Amino acid sequence: MLRFVLRRLALMVPVLIGLSILLFAWVRALPGDPSRALLGERATPEGIERVNAAYGFDKPLIEQYLTYVGALLRGDFGESIQTGRPVLESFTERFPATLELGATALLFAVVLGVPLGYVAARSQGRLLDTSVVSGSLLGVVTPVFFLAILLKLVFADKLHWLPTALRQDPRMDATHITNFYVLDGILTREWDASWDALTHLVLPALALGTIPLAIIVRITRASVSEVLHEDYVRTAEAKGLARGTVSRRHVLRNALLPVVTTIGLQAGLLFSGAVLTETVFAFNGIGQYLFEAIGSRDYPVLQGFIIFIAIVYSLINLLVDVSYGLIDPRVRAA
Amino acid sequence: MFAGSAEPVTLDPFFASDGESFRVARQIFEGLVGTMPGTADPAPLLAKEWEVGEDGLTYTFSLEEGVKFHDGTDFNAEAVCFNFDRWYNMPESAQTDDLTYYYAALFRGFATGDRAEEAIYESCSADDELTATITLQSPFAGFISSMSLPALSMQSPTALEEYQDDAATNPRNTEYSTERPVGTGPFTLESWERGEQVTLTANDDYWGEPASIDEAVVVAIAEPKARADALRNGEIDGYDLVGPADIGPLEGDGFQIVNREAFNVLYLGMNQKQAPLDDPKVRQAIAHAINRDEVVSASLPEGTQTATQFIPEVVNGFADDVPTYDYDPEAAEQLLEEAGATGATIEFNYPTDVSRPYMPAPEDTFNVIRTQLEAVGLKIKPTADKWDPDYLEKIQGTPGHGIHLLGWTGDYNDTDNFLGVFFGAKSNEWGFDNQEIFDGLKEARGIPTPEEQETLYQELNRQIMDYLPGVPLAHPVPSLAFSPDVEGYQQSPVQDEVWNVITLN
Amino acid sequence: MTIPLPPSQVVPDGVIGLDADPGVGLWRGAFRRLRRNPSAIIGAVMVAIFVLVAITAPLLTSYAPGSAEWSGQVTPSSVPGPSPEHFLGLDRFGSDMWTQMVYGAQQSLVYGVVSTAIGLTVGASLGALAGGFGSVGGRIGDWVDTAVMRLVDIMLSIPSLLLAVSIAALLGQNSYAVMIAIGAAQVPIFARLLRGSMLSQGKADYVLAADALGIRKTRIVMGHVLPNSIGPTIVQATLNLATAIIEVAALSYLGLGESDPAVAEWGRMLVAAQDRFDAAPRLALLPGAAIAFAALGFTLFGEALREALDPKSRR
Repeated sequence: MLRFVLRRLALMVPVLIGLSILLFAWVRALPGDPSRALLGERATPEGIERVNAAYGFDKPLIEQYLTYVGALLRGDFGESIQTGRPVLESFTERFPATLELGATALLFAVVLGVPLGYVAARSQGRLLDTSVVSGSLLGVVTPVFFLAILLKLVFADKLHWLPTALRQDPRMDATHITNFYVLDGILTREWDASWDALTHLVLPALALGTIPLAIIVRITRASVSEVLHEDYVRTAEAKGLARGTVSRRHVLRNALLPVVTTIGLQAGLLFSGAVLTETVFAFNGIGQYLFEAIGSRDYPVLQGFIIFIAIVYSLINLLVDVSYGLIDPRVRAA
Repeated sequence: MFAGSAEPVTLDPFFASDGESFRVARQIFEGLVGTMPGTADPAPLLAKEWEVGEDGLTYTFSLEEGVKFHDGTDFNAEAVCFNFDRWYNMPESAQTDDLTYYYAALFRGFATGDRAEEAIYESCSADDELTATITLQSPFAGFISSMSLPALSMQSPTALEEYQDDAATNPRNTEYSTERPVGTGPFTLESWERGEQVTLTANDDYWGEPASIDEAVVVAIAEPKARADALRNGEIDGYDLVGPADIGPLEGDGFQIVNREAFNVLYLGMNQKQAPLDDPKVRQAIAHAINRDEVVSASLPEGTQTATQFIPEVVNGFADDVPTYDYDPEAAEQLLEEAGATGATIEFNYPTDVSRPYMPAPEDTFNVIRTQLEAVGLKIKPTADKWDPDYLEKIQGTPGHGIHLLGWTGDYNDTDNFLGVFFGAKSNEWGFDNQEIFDGLKEARGIPTPEEQETLYQELNRQIMDYLPGVPLAHPVPSLAFSPDVEGYQQSPVQDEVWNVITLN
Repeated sequence: MTIPLPPSQVVPDGVIGLDADPGVGLWRGAFRRLRRNPSAIIGAVMVAIFVLVAITAPLLTSYAPGSAEWSGQVTPSSVPGPSPEHFLGLDRFGSDMWTQMVYGAQQSLVYGVVSTAIGLTVGASLGALAGGFGSVGGRIGDWVDTAVMRLVDIMLSIPSLLLAVSIAALLGQNSYAVMIAIGAAQVPIFARLLRGSMLSQGKADYVLAADALGIRKTRIVMGHVLPNSIGPTIVQATLNLATAIIEVAALSYLGLGESDPAVAEWGRMLVAAQDRFDAAPRLALLPGAAIAFAALGFTLFGEALREALDPKSRR
């Protein structure tokens, strides 16, 4: 197992290097000028020239790339052109938001989805099964942002049950340590801050989690149902083992494998959905920020953020594969 | 609890050029000159009164007594000169447009750098404790008015020396600029949580009318509709830049809408490098084809006035008798025929994904105008680009565009801030070379006082409207929305809105 | 952003026999099962409706898309609703809503089909290349396999929407950019699918037997392995079509993609409808529901197809 992990980590390095070169080229191939985006309507040709000179954009590409790599090796990911803030700082500030959102959404999807899928598989063909299947199908095909808009409209705008935007009520004056607001509230014992952050998470997490929920329900159902029809299960039932025992010990453990894989695969989906959901709810995560950076051609932010995202994403995939290996010994041998 | 549309960039206003940074800066800092409430006219602030020398080159300011910066430093003539000298002596690294746009645009240069020759600042002397004299190298009629800009507010010399580093790679991001800005205003900075909120506390030692609210928090919500939703839901007490579609419903639900007096202009620019726009008859035809009232009612906020020239009424040099081009589709068709341009194809550029105070819903405005132009037989080729970065690049950076929508919000009361920006020199945006207008504007800029400038600017306005490089459309009314509990909000056309006058029930 | 499958369900096994024509028996059986499956029928009907509307759009309406002819009737706070001349009312720019919807269907179909086709051809080729060489074995074979899969890995190292957004940003604000971007995001999926299918079949008994019999390797691949992979590929393509339709809308939501107002697109309509939601919710509900409808049709059909091709899984 350890060798497996090490090998994968080692493989990540060339991939990331390749990615960084690609990113550098891509970012500069983008049509448009960060200096113009920076100056906006107040841009004049001389002004743009001055800014370009200050940032070194007028130097040859190779030189720019070397400067960039040199800085990277020192751990300096540069500063945003738009705000002047260090990219690493912005990332560590905003990433917990997206992570918190994604984790909550995933939790929601798993906690609700697995039991639902299991129950549906058990009651095959009956009303419960059909309604679960139809519901999950709808969940899969509804665009995330559409759902987000609908949820916001109903629960926040019309019913006023939940807040419409942001991560926390600004009047709350909460202390932030990890930037995971719910956690922070717990750590500092500011329970109301924690609760407030939670209420702000509900709608976005619901919107974001619906598609993973639907998928998990379906995979669980399919997987459980497949296992239920396996010979050894039927044998166990024929032998007279109580249904409960059969289900818990045999069915679940074997059915869990595809479910776990799926959960891991959701990471990419969650990120995409997060970008869209964050926009609707003014939730300060990396999704919206990254997207704005693309528009303003903020090179350092783009390069930095995408590399960070790639690292996180690869680590998550690694985690999934590892857990896969832990659960199914057959895979480990491969 | 106020919502702006974006996060401030920095809290040292000298290095800022965005409205949100200025919004916060206005609460913390003050300049020598302020504005008369609700107008763009200069009024005394940190300077009780001022005198302009005969030659228009010396300005003597008598300062307000007993004013202290938040950190206890006295505000006096020495502090004034410290600020002026600091600006003039900015290191070359700070002389780029993204950092020091306002100072450079107004004072034209610094002590060092490639524009040192043109710099108009000469020196500042502290004649006594409360009198400071600024000497300029060449006349600058807008000087007094420009002193009301937040970028040129007075900052505490002690704090600057201790915490600010003008030569830093990123002066917008230093300790001073993000945590310890020190001014003389009615609020002090409590904290700035990047990405979340700015918290301001009332300054109990404020020399003027102290604030009735203890605390003000500014958050950023990007979408206008989301801001409206947050207001409805009680999450915020007020916000800026109300979308035109939200005004009616909000008012209907009992919220207050405060309209800022328009200090901007929305225009349809025409690029004379693209035929047949170089033919004055075609330009006039387009002007006649547009029904400005319909443009306003279909896409701009209520209360918006249609425009007759490129400056709003309150700006110096507004002429009542400029040539106007009333809505007259028949005249338009006739002119097109005369020019041999009936049925001509014209490229119409407009931006997507943006909402500016002078152009809240560009796609709607575009559609109305397009229909009007097509009604007189022109063929329109629509070209949409994202505001950031393509649209501006295309419109201002290249000659490859046709007619386009753009506008401008004035920063301070100086005609040059409008006309000079648009037509001061040859540009890719307008594509024309009219030396008469260029020279006229240059001359006007050099006249020492606004009163003396008036006649020349009026003449220039008439000239410009005759030449018709573009069609001024309207002066859209930007609005703010507040919950019924907020009272006393004083709007200002140049956004000189300080919150010490607000009361919250 | 496609509905992920656990690896075990990707490749149908147990159905492969030493038929002279290995495809037919599989397909006939599949078709029979499809006919009996209610969700397959529903899905097929939905797809048919969608495709029909998309193809006959110009016949269904006499107006041109994005004409904004009636913009005079629209004000910032009201958008005219259904009326005799405008069956679904106007949209906020003053175009006829029904026209926008049917031309939007056309656009979605085109986007969906083209981007999936791009993803399929490029991805399947890459995957077949890797899988074919990989199953054949030998040093060159393994090298090709690894090289191709490293490329796929880089593409997979960032979430698919980000990949699509990056490519779209690079190529500009037009339809081609969108189709290429979404197609590119689908390439890794098809590549992995084909490769996996070919590799696992490479170990199947019949292949080893054929090899032992002396049949040339290429013939085995072309004649037997490939056709057996077609089934799951078609299933994946159908499912990906559904996702493509949604992803196009997502890209429009983010402001990328075609900006020409004469091109109606459901995603863009959704974006534009947002701040008029209070005044006219139908402006958002209609395109949103349409996107879900089309995606649902393809998903139902695709899932049913997968079931039909894989008799081992009984639902």
